[in-house]
Amino acid sequence: MLVFLTRRLLQIIPTLILVSMLIFGLQQLLPGDPALIMAGEERDPIVLQQIREQYRLNEPIPVQYFYWMKGVLSGNLGESMRLKSSVSSLVAEKLPVTLQLAGMALLIALCIGIPAGIVSAVKKETWWDYGANLFALWGLSTPNFWLGILLIFLFSVELGWLPASGYVRLGEDWKQSLATTIMPAFVLGNALAAVLMRHTRSAMLQAMGADYVRTARAKGLNESRVVLKHALRNAMTPVITLLALDFGTLLSGAVLTEQIFTIPGFGKLIVDSVFNRDYAVVQGVVLVTATTYISLNLLADIAYVLVNPRLRG
Amino acid sequence: MSLTIGLEENPWARAWRRLRRRKGAMVALFVVVFLIAVAVFAPLVAPYDPTLTSFTQVRKPPTWAHWFGTDEVGRDVLSRVIWGARASLSAGLVSVGIAVGAGVPLGLLAGYAGGWVDTVLSRIVDAMLAIPFLILAITLSAFLGPSLSNAMIAIGVTATPVFIRLTRGQTLGAKVEDYVEAARAVGNPHWRIALRHLLPNIVPPLLVQASLAIAGAIIAEAALSFLGLGQQPPAPSWGSMLNSAQRFLAQAPWMAFWPGFAIFFAVLSFNLLGDGLRDALDPRHK
Repeated sequence: MLVFLTRRLLQIIPTLILVSMLIFGLQQLLPGDPALIMAGEERDPIVLQQIREQYRLNEPIPVQYFYWMKGVLSGNLGESMRLKSSVSSLVAEKLPVTLQLAGMALLIALCIGIPAGIVSAVKKETWWDYGANLFALWGLSTPNFWLGILLIFLFSVELGWLPASGYVRLGEDWKQSLATTIMPAFVLGNALAAVLMRHTRSAMLQAMGADYVRTARAKGLNESRVVLKHALRNAMTPVITLLALDFGTLLSGAVLTEQIFTIPGFGKLIVDSVFNRDYAVVQGVVLVTATTYISLNLLADIAYVLVNPRLRG
Repeated sequence: MSLTIGLEENPWARAWRRLRRRKGAMVALFVVVFLIAVAVFAPLVAPYDPTLTSFTQVRKPPTWAHWFGTDEVGRDVLSRVIWGARASLSAGLVSVGIAVGAGVPLGLLAGYAGGWVDTVLSRIVDAMLAIPFLILAITLSAFLGPSLSNAMIAIGVTATPVFIRLTRGQTLGAKVEDYVEAARAVGNPHWRIALRHLLPNIVPPLLVQASLAIAGAIIAEAALSFLGLGQQPPAPSWGSMLNSAQRFLAQAPWMAFWPGFAIFFAVLSFNLLGDGLRDALDPRHK
């Protein structure tokens, strides 16, 4: 276990370094002089010179990268040009909003995806199975921005039940908070539910064919006990670890969903910064996202080994 | 017994026979061909000029003259959906073309050469895959500047690591097979082994992935255009049509329905086709 952990930890270091280089390198793709862009309307050469010195734009790129990384490692992700605040505090402010949304989406996805996957595996090649598969195809093929717009049309414009946009913090008024996030969470959860259903179905099909399930049936256990206690428990392990990989899907989805429902979260922060050429924020946010993704994968790998005694060396 | 030897079916014919048995995949194939035809013959099929504005026809609900209604400046929504197929399908095909064109050779190289080449390429792939797809695509296309061709490049680059990883994995599995050993034993150069012996044997999973990737690329292009990073107005694209429709949801819901439905329809077809291809091409699948 210790060897596995050390090897796995050592493996993510070069990946993280490459991610940071990639993110930093993106800025170099930008046409034009970054100092001119930062200065905005200002064309005064003295101001431009000041900006160049302040952000070390005169230094060679590797040196600039070194200073950026030095800041990142000490928790300083840079400063937003537009919002005049540190990127770290922006991240700390916006991340909880997206986490609430992602958490609710995950809950919705689990409530739909796992039962659908179980039913379609247990009732393989029946109308239940076809129905669940159709649902998965629908979930995978519906662009979430379209689903969002349709929901707004139905529940906000036509029925007037839910607010079309905006966000209220959970701590302020939880009822209002749920009302503002239920539609976006459903939009996000819908796509994830489809993925979960497919994972669950294939894991359950595999488990249902295993020897221990036959043994459980031979013992005379009733079918629901066999399915839920014996097959499901074993099938859930790969499903839960695959969930970590779906985190990226959730964040990608949040970008558009937050845009449609004007929710001031992480995704909207990225889009707004991209449009306002606020590169320090873009770099910081992408770095935080990638690091979270890599860490979640690591945790999933460790969890996988922990719950599966046969993998413990 | 000797009779059956002559009747050995070639693998592509078998795959086609299996694909034909799958109703869903065949319907999807038909829809894909239909959509491509619509995109190619857009000038002939579209009833109106997609950029022709008319201030007497602003936000009119569907009628016999305008089947899908008109938009906020009186343009025919049906004609725009038809022309929008060009942007979406070409984005899907071109960006996946970029991803396959870059990813497959690099994956072959990593898998076949092994050693440090493999280590370096695999770590780069890990790094790129650590950034969520749409976030990388948005960032890239914003840095490149908003246009349809830049969006295609951004999506293509973002989709490349998946193809590198898939090709590498398949190559690793195939290169220890006897036929590769035999090709090496008779003195074939490395490039010939890679291109003539390995590549044809790993095409099926790549084909499946390409079909699913086209579906993903169509959604990504629509998303970028929705955000204003893809096709620029007044040129029609399904994503940018949805963006302007959002502002008139209460007055003209048809503006939002049709372009979204077109995206759904196209993506669903490529997903179904990919699923069907997987079932048809996988030799383990009976």
